[in-house]
Amino acid sequence: MRYGEIGFDLEVDLSRGSIDRVETDPRDTKLYLGGLGTNAKIMWDRVPPGTEAFSEDNLLIFGTGLLCGTGAPGCNRTIVSTVSPQTKLMAYSMMGGFWAPELKYAGYDKVIVRGQSEELVYLWINNDKVEIRDAAHLKGLGATETSEAIRRELKDPDIQVAAIGLAGENRVFYASVEQGRSSASRGGIGAVMGDKGLKAIAVRGKKDINVADPAKYMDLCNDVLKYIKFREDNPIKGMPAILQGLGSPQEMRIVDEEWHTTSFMWGNSRTRRKDFWTHEIEEKWRETQENVRTRLISCHNCPMKCGATISVPGLPTYMMKCYSKLTYTMAAYGDLDFGFKIAQKATEYGLDGFSAPQSMAFGLELLEAGILTKEDFPGMPDDNEGRFFYLIEKIVRREGIGDILADGTYWAARRIGNGAEKFDHNTIKKHEQLPLKLGMLNPVYYLMYSTGEKINITQIEGQFPQEPLPTREAREEFVKDWFQVPDEKFKKYYVDWEPRGEMSNPYYPTVEASCDIVDWMEKMHYIDDALGMCAGLSSFPLKPPYHIHNYPEFIKAATGMEMDKDELWKAATRNRTLMRALNVRFGMRRADDRPPEDHWKKRFPDLEKQLLDAYYKLKGFNDQGIPTPEALHDLELDYVAEEFEQKGIYSHG
Amino acid sequence: MAKVKKIVKSITIDADKCNGCKACEVICSSWHATPRYSSNNPARSRIRIVRSPLRDIYLPVYAGEYTAAECTGRDKYILDGKEYAECDFCRASCPSRDLFKEPDSGLPLKCDMCEDTPALDKPKCVEWCLADALIYVEREEEVEEDQPELGDVEIGIGSMIDKYGLEKVLDTIARMAKP
Repeated sequence: MRYGEIGFDLEVDLSRGSIDRVETDPRDTKLYLGGLGTNAKIMWDRVPPGTEAFSEDNLLIFGTGLLCGTGAPGCNRTIVSTVSPQTKLMAYSMMGGFWAPELKYAGYDKVIVRGQSEELVYLWINNDKVEIRDAAHLKGLGATETSEAIRRELKDPDIQVAAIGLAGENRVFYASVEQGRSSASRGGIGAVMGDKGLKAIAVRGKKDINVADPAKYMDLCNDVLKYIKFREDNPIKGMPAILQGLGSPQEMRIVDEEWHTTSFMWGNSRTRRKDFWTHEIEEKWRETQENVRTRLISCHNCPMKCGATISVPGLPTYMMKCYSKLTYTMAAYGDLDFGFKIAQKATEYGLDGFSAPQSMAFGLELLEAGILTKEDFPGMPDDNEGRFFYLIEKIVRREGIGDILADGTYWAARRIGNGAEKFDHNTIKKHEQLPLKLGMLNPVYYLMYSTGEKINITQIEGQFPQEPLPTREAREEFVKDWFQVPDEKFKKYYVDWEPRGEMSNPYYPTVEASCDIVDWMEKMHYIDDALGMCAGLSSFPLKPPYHIHNYPEFIKAATGMEMDKDELWKAATRNRTLMRALNVRFGMRRADDRPPEDHWKKRFPDLEKQLLDAYYKLKGFNDQGIPTPEALHDLELDYVAEEFEQKGIYSHG
Repeated sequence: MAKVKKIVKSITIDADKCNGCKACEVICSSWHATPRYSSNNPARSRIRIVRSPLRDIYLPVYAGEYTAAECTGRDKYILDGKEYAECDFCRASCPSRDLFKEPDSGLPLKCDMCEDTPALDKPKCVEWCLADALIYVEREEEVEEDQPELGDVEIGIGSMIDKYGLEKVLDTIARMAKP
């Protein structure tokens, strides 16, 4: 018997209509842990370079984390891996909710989908019984509607469903996979699911998930719960409201959005409205939010309440993900009330909350600039909010201009031409970023933006504060109970960091310190993504309950494998390096490792070069950002080096 | 029979506070696993959440008595505009549904308030519900003397007798008991 994990994957070939239950190799668990790590290994082994996102050969892997569904609070993430139609690299997308634990209760660690079905189908996993079922009657239904329809059809309210909406069916490059109150949104995995003719995966499980050292494991879980309570009672002083506590940013609970609305950009990531947040807005938004919010809700086995059930009068009820409430609002220069209304549609259609509003705002900018004309938008209303409602319908159906905007800002700009490329100013590696434009270069963020394989800052940052507290005394106070640091030097980095002067951005943190800080944050995310832990209790917030000191104990007690801090650090390095290797194989190089040109007003090319060089060196990459044979050997990834040698990747760059 | 005073343990359910996370199901099935905490499986849990997020229904229910026959109750209740089935509130392990039954054997499950030596402060589900939807309550009641609580094995054998008849169960046990 295997512990922590199940030890079996489900292999589904939609072209042949075959379903197989396949035992996995425990040696892969030792090396890659699970979740993203083992997904990446499968992608390396079975998806050759040059594989198109929309092809039979592309795999779509729904992987649960190693500790998903065990008693560990908040461990419920599904990591979805495939080739992205938008970035043409590995899509790195994840979702919380209830799906991953349910899959493990059904007796599988992963569902690996290959091939394409000619007719729309859905997969029904009911413990040992797995069927590919006709989904013709679900065609065109929203993601939430689909889930409800399947539960009714199969007569079990406890079935967990991951589904696509119209955007996925029509292969919108930023279509999401929706599931309960969560979604895997980034990189267009919903479009790949649609291309495969797979409307949904429904799961019901009634089996056990076992752990190797039960008493020890439960002690660890109880300690985590205690610390969560402690953090709930002790928000971090001096930080903006939205950053004080645990969980993903508490957008559904907290009304105070001063930080987001005045620091982030509106429109197509263009305008900062420093004076936006007023008492009147706060009162109005409070009323809006409290009127539509029925209940704060959680994911599987998690005491945080990061999501909410939203019932806007006259619209079907839906469940809201954290930040979507503001992305549409801000892209459209709209009101919060509009944000809640359009998010209902976006959830049913299955759209990424970052890329969709930016693509729409981008289209409207091109109209304003005369690059697109009124004829491109027949019948579009005049008001901004009305225009967004108009565009969302066009995009998910790929009608007219919607067909172009459905490819995201990068590809749309190239299809439109005529100077439109300049308006695609907020993408990294063809992928829309947070709408954020700042003044002074921040060396830590420069590295994370440039090099992160997730291509999405919120999924890379965390742990280390985004800014120094104003006084040295306040920073000294902050580090006092900061036991999560992997090394004492991080406390010094933070205490010495000043808001202004010599010891401030861009030259402090120093190049070396910046690399260390990024390395730590990145490692924690890679560990979370292998274990299936929600970043909201680990790598994302300040002072989280899971950290590098208790994680090895968790893994050991759950699986029975030997594990210590060094070995876990190494496994995270291995997974990080393998993700880089996959993207290198898809053609990614140093030239791609850069933030949007206008992300910071003040840029420092020499310093940026030093930062990138030092980061590559620390990571064991050569100056093109390619993992070296030596580094790969140390990580037992010699097979990667061999392929790179054979294909001439080292010699041709 | 004489009346005696006894501490009755119960859980008050504040359904408005439930956020549907299922931590109660995870910890209950984990506590009752053999060896303790060695596995978890909500299907074996003695507390379950009747959950319908889009209708805003979150109703934790903990397992009560086993009953051999289903009742006739099929009424609907509308509370705060939300429709519940009578069954949603029922704590019985009964033939009309597969709630509160071991998934492998079909044997009934009943909440035992996590009885242990030494006694816990409160049942595990209450401890793990940080949303405070589950509130542990002890009250003193006068009950009939000599009514020992049935244990898992007795409840299980009782349900087998209901299903197969006493004679067949006795025969089977006698046959199995032979060396």
